[in-house]
Amino acid sequence: MVEFDGVGLRYGPDAEVLRDISFNLQPGSFYFLTGASGAGKTSLLKMLYLAQRPSRGIVRLFGEDLVAMPRDRLPGFRRRIGVVFQDFRLIPHLSARDNIALPLRIAGVSEEDLAGPVSEMLSWIGLADRADAHPATLSGGEQQRVAIARAVIARPQLLVADEPTGNVDPDMAMRLLGLFEALNRLGTTVVVATHDIHLISRIENAQMMRLEKGRLSDPTGALRFPPANRV
Amino acid sequence: MLIPRVPVQHRRLLPDRRLSGPTPWVIAILMMLTLLAAAAGVGLARSADAIGSAIAGRVTVQIVTANPVTRAEQAAALRRAAAAQPFVLSARAVDRAELQATLGQWFGSDASGDGGGDPVLNSLPLPALVDIDFVGGDRSGHMAQLRALVAAEAPGARIIPHAEWLGPVARLIGSLAWIAAALVVLMTLASAAVVIMTARAALGTHYATIEMLHLIGATDRQITRLFQRRIAIDTAYGIALGTAVAAALLLLIGWQWAGITSGLAATASLGPTGWALLLALPLLAIALAALTARQTLLAALKKIL
Ligand SMILES: Nc1ncnc2c1ncn2[C@@H]1O[C@H](COP(=O)(O)OP(=O)(O)OP(=O)(O)O)[C@@H](O)[C@H]1O
Ligand SMILES: [Mg+2]
Repeated sequence: MVEFDGVGLRYGPDAEVLRDISFNLQPGSFYFLTGASGAGKTSLLKMLYLAQRPSRGIVRLFGEDLVAMPRDRLPGFRRRIGVVFQDFRLIPHLSARDNIALPLRIAGVSEEDLAGPVSEMLSWIGLADRADAHPATLSGGEQQRVAIARAVIARPQLLVADEPTGNVDPDMAMRLLGLFEALNRLGTTVVVATHDIHLISRIENAQMMRLEKGRLSDPTGALRFPPANRV
Repeated sequence: MLIPRVPVQHRRLLPDRRLSGPTPWVIAILMMLTLLAAAAGVGLARSADAIGSAIAGRVTVQIVTANPVTRAEQAAALRRAAAAQPFVLSARAVDRAELQATLGQWFGSDASGDGGGDPVLNSLPLPALVDIDFVGGDRSGHMAQLRALVAAEAPGARIIPHAEWLGPVARLIGSLAWIAAALVVLMTLASAAVVIMTARAALGTHYATIEMLHLIGATDRQITRLFQRRIAIDTAYGIALGTAVAAALLLLIGWQWAGITSGLAATASLGPTGWALLLALPLLAIALAALTARQTLLAALKKIL
């Protein structure tokens, strides 16, 4: 599904933010990415959701080499990835409903076909009555829920979430995690970056990836030699 | 193609307020100036051509012999002899009444009739004039032959080629036409620059939205169409406004011009080609704006991963 081999990333001429990152994500698995603030979690996820090319090393996604991939093939890959950004990145002049519908519209889904799923998603995140509100008039937690709904609406093959529960209360956090889990059971590979230890313990079979000062520590060895491969 | 079709739901990805700020107004002003310069250029080029071909082969022979009877005889003889020559297209003696009428305008006396009995005008020793148009071809040869003819029929008469004194005027008008053409080119470039700046500014303002659209899988084409549509519509408004004002001004000028100089109006009019060019300019401008916006947007988007 996703393969990183000896990946390094630097921003400009500074020292590398990420060094020698190697791992192999199995299809349909659930991963937590943890690490201190500034350890490089967001930077790693950016390469995962194709917002950043690595400075060195090999990244393979859905079986294809991304480093050498021409720019015009990237949109097709991005449509198979759902992203929850740490800073939400909702489009300010669009309503909650239109923000959530965005990935479907970009993918060319007709208005009749997307109305149902979007309304369903709005009720699932508890914002059916705020469907026409603009992001600026939503609370931080409500915006986060809209961002999550937008990431999952198109049933992506890979879901990447950067601190998706940072702004919601524990109950809502569990509810949202339940959404990720449901998606995961349908076959989506999920990568969630979080500080929240409680969250991690709630998902059975979830794997842990830990970043320390730009390096990936792999205490269980599960990443390099995933259980499925070791049998 | 110029104003791309974008689904209604996608149009909302850009906020409703106008994208380009003062751009339509700037485009309107540039478009108006471009059209006025183009009209001036076409009009001037046509008059330069008309004057040029009218004067190229024409000379006036001025006979100043003191005795009025001899003078008139010489003029008549020269006219007859010249008209018989193969290199002369036409020869015409300018009659005295015509000369007096022209002079009368300068002296301020009644120009109608034969000097209106004005004693001053009647007493003036006016030269006899013969206008001669050459057939086309070897002008200096014709000139030499005419000189021999004049020496024989009216010794001492002066030959005045029209090109000598109207030529510089025609050349000046010709240069003005070229300057007008240069202005059209410069203003077209300025308009393109305005569109480029508008497109870049729009991308800058909406950078966050564009980045977001990219990351959820929008193609450069999708994003470009979105912006191109808005910029094309905004500039089309400016072009329409500029064209309307320029058209009003041109009609007004044409109307006044026709009123003042009924004789010369024909040479200064734009002609069918001129009008076709003026009508084509706004359409070309819309096409240029749309293509410029498109290229600017695609080039800028390529720099984002
Ligand atoms: N665009 C950038 N340009 C330069 N340096 C950057 C950029 N983005 C991140 N960094 C640096 O890279 C390092 C890792 O940042 P990153 O955002 O990946 O950390 P993080 O683990 O996500 O932190 P947090 O938990 O606070 O979100 C930091 O030192 C940061 O200053
Ligand atoms: Mg981060």
